[in-house]
Amino acid sequence: MEATAKPVAGIADLPMLKIAKYVVYDILRNKFVLAYLLFLVLVSMSFFNLESDPAKGMMSLLNIILIVLPLVSIVFATIHLYNAYEFTELMLAQPLRRSDIFLGQYLGVAVSLCIAFGVGVGIPVLLYEGTLRGAMLVGCGLLLTLAFVSMAFLATVLSRDKARGIGIALLLWFFCTILYDGLVLMGMFAFSDYPLEKIIIGMTFLNPVDLARIAMLLQLDAAALMGYTGALFQHFFGSVLGGGLAVLAMLAWVAGPLWAAVRIFRKKDI
Amino acid sequence: MNNGHIGFERIIGPNGSGKTTLIKSILGMVVPESGGISFQGQPIGQDGQYRRHIGYMPQIGRYPDNMQIGQVFEMMRDLRGATAETLDEELIHAYQLPQIYQKTMRTLSGGTRQKVSAALAFLFDAPVMILDEPTAGLDPLSAEILKEKVQREKKRNKLFLITSHIMSDLEELATDVLYLVEGRLVFFKSLNTLKTETGEERLGRAIAQIMQKTTL
Repeated sequence: MEATAKPVAGIADLPMLKIAKYVVYDILRNKFVLAYLLFLVLVSMSFFNLESDPAKGMMSLLNIILIVLPLVSIVFATIHLYNAYEFTELMLAQPLRRSDIFLGQYLGVAVSLCIAFGVGVGIPVLLYEGTLRGAMLVGCGLLLTLAFVSMAFLATVLSRDKARGIGIALLLWFFCTILYDGLVLMGMFAFSDYPLEKIIIGMTFLNPVDLARIAMLLQLDAAALMGYTGALFQHFFGSVLGGGLAVLAMLAWVAGPLWAAVRIFRKKDI
Repeated sequence: MNNGHIGFERIIGPNGSGKTTLIKSILGMVVPESGGISFQGQPIGQDGQYRRHIGYMPQIGRYPDNMQIGQVFEMMRDLRGATAETLDEELIHAYQLPQIYQKTMRTLSGGTRQKVSAALAFLFDAPVMILDEPTAGLDPLSAEILKEKVQREKKRNKLFLITSHIMSDLEELATDVLYLVEGRLVFFKSLNTLKTETGEERLGRAIAQIMQKTTL
């Protein structure tokens, strides 16, 4: 009733952002994200200091990031959302849209993890490798974080049981970071007599981790080590169309699972 | 069921009869498989704005563990965009909650949680109040404070929807009784009609008589 009389609210008064604000407060209160940030700083600094060539440092850093970042993002987001059940329940009794509640929580978790990554990796990269490819590494990391938090939110709405939800999350991580590459390699061996390059490029799009890896490897001139396929990759991802498609695919990996999760959450009984 | 026509009602029914589910449906927490819910003549939509007019006290109040009592109140005020003059802080003070604002929700006893829930439900001066087992877990003094508050607000023409197993509470507060078994409406009658029909003076006996009939 009072709301109608109130003046038009500013952007900070959007319910989604208000919820995100409280989620960030809550996350900052437990020290996990801070520990993640410190870990990233430590790893980044040590790799840049160990290698005399910053490009090599970037390579090693990339390999660690591609394993650790998806794992931390997906597991932390899943556990957070299960633990925030009481908060969700409390919010549902308020005059708020379900989608605002859910997206607010997504925003809160994603922003917290992105800040940790942006500071933890961004600052060392800026110090040692303040170039376009440095910026790309940070950009890829941020997009990957968003994508894996999306998947975590989907895993959470798929199962009411916390253990099962975390299981689904871990399975997704294992599939994207380890299993998928193995399957692609097996496929390549099995069909090595056929021209597979285009299919391989296509398959890269089906896994956000691979997408980030290839995009970065090409920036680091490691593509030369990959022979003919590498040259083809270079040709494809180097073009405006290929690069644009790669970014679009990454954004689809952020938006797709989140969209599905919101759809399920809107119909879910609490 | 049309809430617009219901005065002050109490929902009763055996355990597992769907009381809490009914309340959750009204609040939009449970989406009904069939049928719809209307609030003040409007079907409840996706935006949840109708919940602005509802104060809800859950059966088991669950709050973010890491938050302090004061922070919870602050957050709810912020989220509902309420201004100070529209707030009803009577229960907050009656339960002396400001003295323990620094305590985190994790450390609270069940009774204190109930007090927080009650104070939160009344805080926004909503015209419709839904209280799910409000006095369970409260000490006699706190329960009394709550019942007096309900009586006062009733006089201000608020609609109350209360579930309870405590018949003496019911008798004090309710004017109409809604009885559910297995999610089905068995009856919705005024307290007085009920007493005359069963010939019992006390509501508890009247209900027990009906419960026995329905189970036979």
